[in-house]
Amino acid sequence: MAAYFFNHLRTFCVVAGVLPWSHSVGHRVVNSGISGNPGHIGLELGYLRIVRCVEATLGMDQKTLKKLVESISNTVKNFKKSEVECLLRLFHSLVERANVRLNNFGLDRNAFRAILHSIFGMTDDMLMNRVFFAFDKDNDNCINAKEWVKGLSVFLRGTFEEKLKFCFEVYYLNGDGYISREEIFDMLKNSLCQQSSEEETDEGIKELVDITLKKMDYDNDGKISFADFEKAVKEERLLLEVFGPCLPEAKNCIDFEALAFRHILTSSF
Amino acid sequence: MGVALTRSAQWTAAGYGTRTLEITPLNEAILKEIIMFVESFIYKHPQEAKYVFVEPLEWKTNLDPSAFESGYIVSETTVKSEEVDKDGQPLLSVSVPHIKVRSFGQLSRLLLIAKDTKLKEAQACIEANRDPVTKILGLDYNTKKEDTSVVNILDKITKDEDPESEIKMKLGMLLKQLDLHLLNHSLKHISLEICLKPTIVKNDIELLKHFSGKGEQTVLESIDYTSDYEFSNGCRAPPWRQIHGEICYVLVKPHDVETLCITCSAEGVFLNGGKTDDEGEINYERKSEIYKDLVTFLKEKSAKFSENMSKQDVRFSGEWKKKEALKEAPKKEEAAALQKALPASGKSVLEKNQINFGKSQMTKRLEPSLNWKATVDFKKHKSLLRDTQEEKHGGRLERSGPPVSHRRAQLVRKSAEKIEEIISGSSSESEEDEEPPDHRQEANVDLPSEYWQIQKLVKYLKGGNQIATVIALCSMKDFNLAQETCQLAIRDVGGLEVLINLLDTDEVKCKIGSLKILKEISHNPQIRRNIVDLGGLPIMVNILDSPHKSLKCLAAETIANVAKFRRARRAVRRHGGITKLVALLDCAQNSGELAQSSLCDARDVEVARCGALALWSCSKSYMNKEAIRKAGGIPLLAGLLKTSHENVLIPVVGTLQECASEESYRAAIKAERIIENLVKNLSSENEQLQEHCAMAIYQCAEDEETRDLVRLHGGLKPLASLLNNTDNKERLAAVTGAIWKCSISKENVTKFREYKAIETLVGLLTDQPEEVLVNVVGALGECCQEYENRVLVRKCGGIQPLVNLLVGINQALLVNVTKAVGACAVEPESMMIIDRLDGVRLLWSLLKNPHPHVKASAAWALCPCIQNAKDAGEMVRSFVGGLELVVNLLKSDNKEVLASVCAAITNIAKDQENLAVITDHGVVPLLSKLANTLLLDMVGSPDEELQEAAAGCISNIRRLALAIEKARYT
Repeated sequence: MAAYFFNHLRTFCVVAGVLPWSHSVGHRVVNSGISGNPGHIGLELGYLRIVRCVEATLGMDQKTLKKLVESISNTVKNFKKSEVECLLRLFHSLVERANVRLNNFGLDRNAFRAILHSIFGMTDDMLMNRVFFAFDKDNDNCINAKEWVKGLSVFLRGTFEEKLKFCFEVYYLNGDGYISREEIFDMLKNSLCQQSSEEETDEGIKELVDITLKKMDYDNDGKISFADFEKAVKEERLLLEVFGPCLPEAKNCIDFEALAFRHILTSSF
Repeated sequence: MGVALTRSAQWTAAGYGTRTLEITPLNEAILKEIIMFVESFIYKHPQEAKYVFVEPLEWKTNLDPSAFESGYIVSETTVKSEEVDKDGQPLLSVSVPHIKVRSFGQLSRLLLIAKDTKLKEAQACIEANRDPVTKILGLDYNTKKEDTSVVNILDKITKDEDPESEIKMKLGMLLKQLDLHLLNHSLKHISLEICLKPTIVKNDIELLKHFSGKGEQTVLESIDYTSDYEFSNGCRAPPWRQIHGEICYVLVKPHDVETLCITCSAEGVFLNGGKTDDEGEINYERKSEIYKDLVTFLKEKSAKFSENMSKQDVRFSGEWKKKEALKEAPKKEEAAALQKALPASGKSVLEKNQINFGKSQMTKRLEPSLNWKATVDFKKHKSLLRDTQEEKHGGRLERSGPPVSHRRAQLVRKSAEKIEEIISGSSSESEEDEEPPDHRQEANVDLPSEYWQIQKLVKYLKGGNQIATVIALCSMKDFNLAQETCQLAIRDVGGLEVLINLLDTDEVKCKIGSLKILKEISHNPQIRRNIVDLGGLPIMVNILDSPHKSLKCLAAETIANVAKFRRARRAVRRHGGITKLVALLDCAQNSGELAQSSLCDARDVEVARCGALALWSCSKSYMNKEAIRKAGGIPLLAGLLKTSHENVLIPVVGTLQECASEESYRAAIKAERIIENLVKNLSSENEQLQEHCAMAIYQCAEDEETRDLVRLHGGLKPLASLLNNTDNKERLAAVTGAIWKCSISKENVTKFREYKAIETLVGLLTDQPEEVLVNVVGALGECCQEYENRVLVRKCGGIQPLVNLLVGINQALLVNVTKAVGACAVEPESMMIIDRLDGVRLLWSLLKNPHPHVKASAAWALCPCIQNAKDAGEMVRSFVGGLELVVNLLKSDNKEVLASVCAAITNIAKDQENLAVITDHGVVPLLSKLANTLLLDMVGSPDEELQEAAAGCISNIRRLALAIEKARYT
């Protein structure tokens, strides 16, 4: 088995050198402002890391892995078993790189944010924190293998409903099931160009919050419930990531899948 | 009431020339002013309100007697006011629907009673009483006379010292004031419509000069006036051209194009015929479309200019704004001068009024002209102030073309002024001269609340990141974008340029949001033009390449809306849009290798639908039809015809139908086996689809092979059965058109008879719109070439309605009707009916019709009539002057007319007596002249009918000549 993998990894590495997008790497600077485009630098980092990660999985315990794959595959339906296996190997290596503590095997916030940034091209620190909390279902400040696969299933293969739920979870932070006026203010506070005075900007944001609530708060209780959110987004899909991008762009997903499941594709030939 | 209108008739001939008032914003504004005057009359001038008119104002009212309450005696159909004159006659009386009113007091009350229908009542009253002053004050005060000076009126009063005269005189004054007020009011409306002024043109040219010269970076090589002499009004055009609104002529040498000789006129800028070489004279004839200003014109003509202009833009627009601010001042001054000049004659009256009627509110409102100078200076000062402010924020100025910044600048200024006004508490006069940038806004000074809300949202679009932008876009979409107020509000607060700028970013969500709004508001024709002016089309055309399908769809749909006028369609083509739109039709290609099977997924179908929709709009221009064909559009359209999606089929068939006007398309349509699918879709459930299919068949069936194809694919039966549904007139017109063209083939006519279509067609000869009638009659004309059908038409009673149609005026219809009647006349039995209905006389009188086609067709139709009528010779002679008319038609220079008239003369000449008459009218020399020049050619013509007629004619000439010879010797 190990030899089998090793072989493919070698071909993978060779092939990876001429990946179609690799030539465009590193020539553009991440630009801020309206076109918060994920730069290609991040992608390159992610790609390098993954390559190294998969190498590291060679040392993993095969039996434990199989068991884990079985149990996760029962709950996550969006991935095939082989894909889950790939994701788990990747996870393992990512964790190993990020100094594991024995009692709490998983990715901490910083490690996860680095992944979000480099692989999925996210830029906003606050939103990345929120995405971390949305992944971390058991609130132990650490993403374990199961949470990892589950989260990615929404990221990569999520249905509209799943994404809707995920985004809502990202946006409500304090866990009361509503997005409150204060939370909206918090998320929108950087959304306007600095005007002459801070007060003016604050005033502008307050008005923007009002506009948002007017649009999305159907039951007029001053906060956005899941029902409100669902209704608004179903009416206008653009509102799915209304308070900031928290899902990866399609292109990043495709790149990630191509990379993470690369040896499945190769071995099927 | 409405005295002013007698005067106003002079200045709004367009509005008042006809018997009814047109519904224009200007008229509405005037009516509103009048209503305001009359409504307040009872309070302001209680004394005068009691004055009884010399004659009552009468009109037809829409008011119900039950609307009148206290103060009136009301019965079911009549109303009388309790207020009576000294003879006991009521001052207001209604006997439905007529109303008579005899005092201002009653008029005021009536308007209060009318509430919502005020405007209608006022309009009806003014339309019915064209000279209300005479009715109110008597003939002596007739304002239509030019000498309505105060002196005259004063004379009257001093002569008869009657207390009523004093009231009369007061009334006269009041009405005169209203008159002047209305004049002023409407002047403002009118002055807004002039677009270019000498000062504006001059500024533009000077500025362009500033950026012209040698080198790559300049916008132009040179720009020069053709004349150095400038008239005092700022024009350089010679006075006789100034009459046409022309301001000056400029020679412009762009980097990449030959020297252009351009006319700048009040209507806009256009290319003229250039300087004639020898004398340096200018050929004033317009050679291009009219553009709104010089920069737009040059951008269109020279790519290099456009490119360098955009490089200079940031620098330029700053400069431009400064100029713009300076431009404002003279504009105001001019308006002031205009306003001053026109009512000047009335001014003396005005000043006197002030002495006499110091209390009157009206006079105060009429004053502003005295304060112009001061306000102008005030403005200059303010705009300078604004300039410095803008320079402070200079770093944040958006990139935008000069004409755009103009409107925005005005808006900024407007709000600034508002604030200043509050602070300084300035007088109401400055309110009067403050002209909002758009007429529509002036009509209702209170802007709707949407306006402010939209303005706020646009602010977020400008100053927010993508999150704020998406939120603002989504809430903007919640406004009723189908409503004009909202559409114009978006434009007027500068939203349009921001929306278009957003299309140029990398943010997919912002682009989608922006397009969703543009798609809706581009239903408005003004907005369409604005989008094109702002350069929105090239950006949208680029989006057609996007990998996002929903984005592509939205862009194509918006293009479909915008490309409703020529300039837009041309812009789409010039930026390569047609090729890209055609590519959208390719379902298989859109979804990549996966969909090599002919199955396209729903989203690809949607992409194709949107593409077809845009092509449909674009295909109204000839060049675009060509471009679609060259881009390989026809096979793709043919492929899409195989789908079963109705919403795709409609634009596809619509495009084909539009393009089928071109021969190249008709050939391709035949080759691509499109007819088969058109026929299939005739049986669809969708009426619009049926209509377009029938229309396409109508266009294509000029070709014989196509007609056969329609029959072979079983298209005649559905066409015949569609005839039975006559509610949808558009579809009926298309269907009858298709039947007409198809029935040119005999086999098809046989089929139609089998399907009982001919009976149905005869039934459609009455109570149908002309578009339908033309086709129905055309079809019957073709059918009646066969004996059985002629009998059928007669038996169904078709002759009478056909003859009745001979009195119409529609040229196309007359051509077809004469042909059909002629075809029927071949049957002696039908001929009897035609004769009885006096059809021959009607045909004969059509020889006087101005259209040669009608003349010719009528002359052809006369031939079988003369052949088959009993006592034809007598009948022909009974038409007084008829023979002379025919002979004179031989002087026509239209070959078709000549040929048909020759044929008619052939038949006429068979009768000896008639032959003598036409000989007297000089038919022989006319014919022999024709024989030399024309008839011999015609004998050799490939058209058999023509050959025969020409040959018959020559033989007649010979016989005529012989007869004359014989007559001479006996």
